Amino acid sequence: MTKSTQAAEPETPKLRFGGHDGWGYAPAPESTDHVELRDRYGLFIDGEFVDAKDGRTFETANPATEEKIADVALASDADVDRAVAAARRAYDNVWSKLAPRERGKYVYRIARVLQERSRELAITESLDGGKPIRESRDVDIPLAAAHFFYYAGWADKLDYAFPGRGARPLGVAGQVIPWNFPLLMAAWKIAPAIAAGNTVVLKPAETTPLTALKLAEIIRDAGVPPGVVNIVTGAGETGAAVVQHEDVDKVAFTGSTEVGKLIRRALAGSGKHYTLELGGKAANLVFEDAAVDQAVEGIVNGIFFNQGHVCCAGSRLLVQESVADEVIAKLKDRMETLIVGNPLDKNTDIGAINSRAQLDKIEEYLEIGEAEGAEPFQTSCPVPERGYWCRPTLFLHASQSHRVVQEEIFGPVLAVQTFRTVDEGIAMANNTPYGLSGGVWSDKGAKAFRVTSRIRAGVLWANTYNKFDPTAPFGGYKESGIGREGGLAGLHAYLQPEAAA
Amino acid sequence: MQSSTATASFESPPIDAVGVEERVARLCSRSIKKDAKLRALHLTLSMIDLTTLEGADSEGKVRQLCAKALQLHAALPDLPHVAAVCVYPALVGVARRALEGSGINVASVATSFPAGQAPIEIKLLEVQKAVEAGADEVDMVISRGRFLAGDFTYTADEIASVKEACGEAHLKVILETGELGTLDAVRRASDLAMRSGADFIKTSTGKIKPAATMPVVLVMLEAIRDHYLRTGEKIGMKPAGGISTAKDAIRHLVMVRETLGQDWLDPDLYRFGASSLANDVLRQIVKQRSGIYQSFDDFSM
Repeated sequence: MTKSTQAAEPETPKLRFGGHDGWGYAPAPESTDHVELRDRYGLFIDGEFVDAKDGRTFETANPATEEKIADVALASDADVDRAVAAARRAYDNVWSKLAPRERGKYVYRIARVLQERSRELAITESLDGGKPIRESRDVDIPLAAAHFFYYAGWADKLDYAFPGRGARPLGVAGQVIPWNFPLLMAAWKIAPAIAAGNTVVLKPAETTPLTALKLAEIIRDAGVPPGVVNIVTGAGETGAAVVQHEDVDKVAFTGSTEVGKLIRRALAGSGKHYTLELGGKAANLVFEDAAVDQAVEGIVNGIFFNQGHVCCAGSRLLVQESVADEVIAKLKDRMETLIVGNPLDKNTDIGAINSRAQLDKIEEYLEIGEAEGAEPFQTSCPVPERGYWCRPTLFLHASQSHRVVQEEIFGPVLAVQTFRTVDEGIAMANNTPYGLSGGVWSDKGAKAFRVTSRIRAGVLWANTYNKFDPTAPFGGYKESGIGREGGLAGLHAYLQPEAAA
Repeated sequence: MQSSTATASFESPPIDAVGVEERVARLCSRSIKKDAKLRALHLTLSMIDLTTLEGADSEGKVRQLCAKALQLHAALPDLPHVAAVCVYPALVGVARRALEGSGINVASVATSFPAGQAPIEIKLLEVQKAVEAGADEVDMVISRGRFLAGDFTYTADEIASVKEACGEAHLKVILETGELGTLDAVRRASDLAMRSGADFIKTSTGKIKPAATMPVVLVMLEAIRDHYLRTGEKIGMKPAGGISTAKDAIRHLVMVRETLGQDWLDPDLYRFGASSLANDVLRQIVKQRSGIYQSFDDFSM
């Protein structure tokens, strides 16, 4: 019988998700056989791979195993100087003189080769950065290709994009990108820049240089003229050299608010154009009239996508008090089904934390949250012994004054708060130094629009979260940055602002 | 427990169809290999309601189906038996005799299946006759016309009276989701059926397309979960119609595992209503064991 007919002592109903005593999934790792990785990678300058002038290198490792993957050239000021000079020559002599349609052809070609090599790139991204193959395969790489396709289309249509403005490129762009979406961020930066007619010097993050270097191979193989795209690897000092180089006309940075502030200071009075895409502490607002199960799924996607290493992550859950118990109970149940582990396993939901340093930072916040009085909840999912891991975590009963509510953790940690009225929810959503993104969950369309219009953030989603599209501008209010990337706004950021004479 | 219509409420939460489809897509990305796959295939076999529901069904056809149920594959040892054989009321006796002592249940559709357009007295009599003839399980259809017209009280009362007519037999309530139009309606009908006495809720008759689509089944599973968390009562689920491959079935098991948990991975609480699924599962089992696919002609009808 399936029904309890006896009035026995009622047990609290509880769902059992554990795979230990029931049916679980066998490992399903993606094969790495056909992925070629070299032991040593150089800088990509003027169409060639070269060693750093002083011969220095650094190691890049797999965060899931802590094993070294390759030695990568460490660019010094002199190397950055070479790269900027190559970019300047390419701009002056080749790229700015090329017919826009021809420029577009190269960008299309890069997009197509990205698609052709998508499997290899996805595996490399997961090996080097720790993100689950499901995401690198289904999100990072397809979106990277989509950005090149989208901006390739604009290359010969700039006069239609900004009619009467005499669209002209800026010159040499210096670009510094983070480790959370290595190839995708490279695409966000390079595609609009070169489609608009600029040349670039790009610095990938020191923990995840490999896909950018594979992109350099693709750019070379696509026949893009030498010097149009240069990629210099290294840590913060290399990035500073790129940003501060006097022959760079435009700086594009994605990373922490802390570094963003330094860059803004350094650029003051320099006359350089710049866009900064910085941190966030987005709120996901769940109203009592929301479709709860779908909202829970959105909360999970919002914070646990890419281990929470997402600047627009929905890292604060604001749930209306009347449905808080139900939402939190369902969220906990859903979290119990999340699989943490080998990034290359096709069933992994949450991969490795990108680096030891980032794991330390997250663990510090776990201590801070507890000390501040929030109630932690972690799932029971087993994690591997080696590598950097963090189970999906909630901080229940968090308060607006807590650091775990105000500061960006950049990990799979969700601060949970409740609100009573629409106005209170909006006020709490806006009450941080950031303003990058946000989510609203309500079955009432008019309410969703009204609420999103009152949240001061650059990107807002209603009844969904973490949806990206090359046609949509992305960027922040307040300490989340300046300028927009993606869409026409992202193209405009690489063009002279003056009206035509 | 709480099955009387007096306490039944017609409140159901809203469903966001786009979100449901995204969740389904993510569940479908699970990769089930090796041991996990073999276990899933065996589990699937044990959950099948082997079904024939044709106007042309005869005693001979039903006996043949029962023989298949008793021996799914002559050469494969250690196979579980299917959960039930599902037939029209007039053929319940034949199936009962053929399956006596096997542990395989006899299920019968009733209540003027598939349209359900008959007076309630006749529906109840049909249920009673099916149970008298030996049906362990009754698969009823709801009156979709009354439900879509907003007459939820009628639908609830109808289910409650069929439940009463079932006596000891288990009641599966077919919502015919392909006629309900929205996932909100699927959720409402699921809640209504569970609150009115259903032991199982079932998607479809198999006569209407679409039938057991993944989004519909997910919404029903979530309704079952919420009902369980509220009342402690475990209601079963039966997708029927459109699940014809082992791959489809495994996707359903993944969805059950991640929505309701391990307890529902059991023939007492999950069934597949299917006619051609068993042979595809058998074919996959042979493939898992031998490494090669065999022709469909190597499997009995």
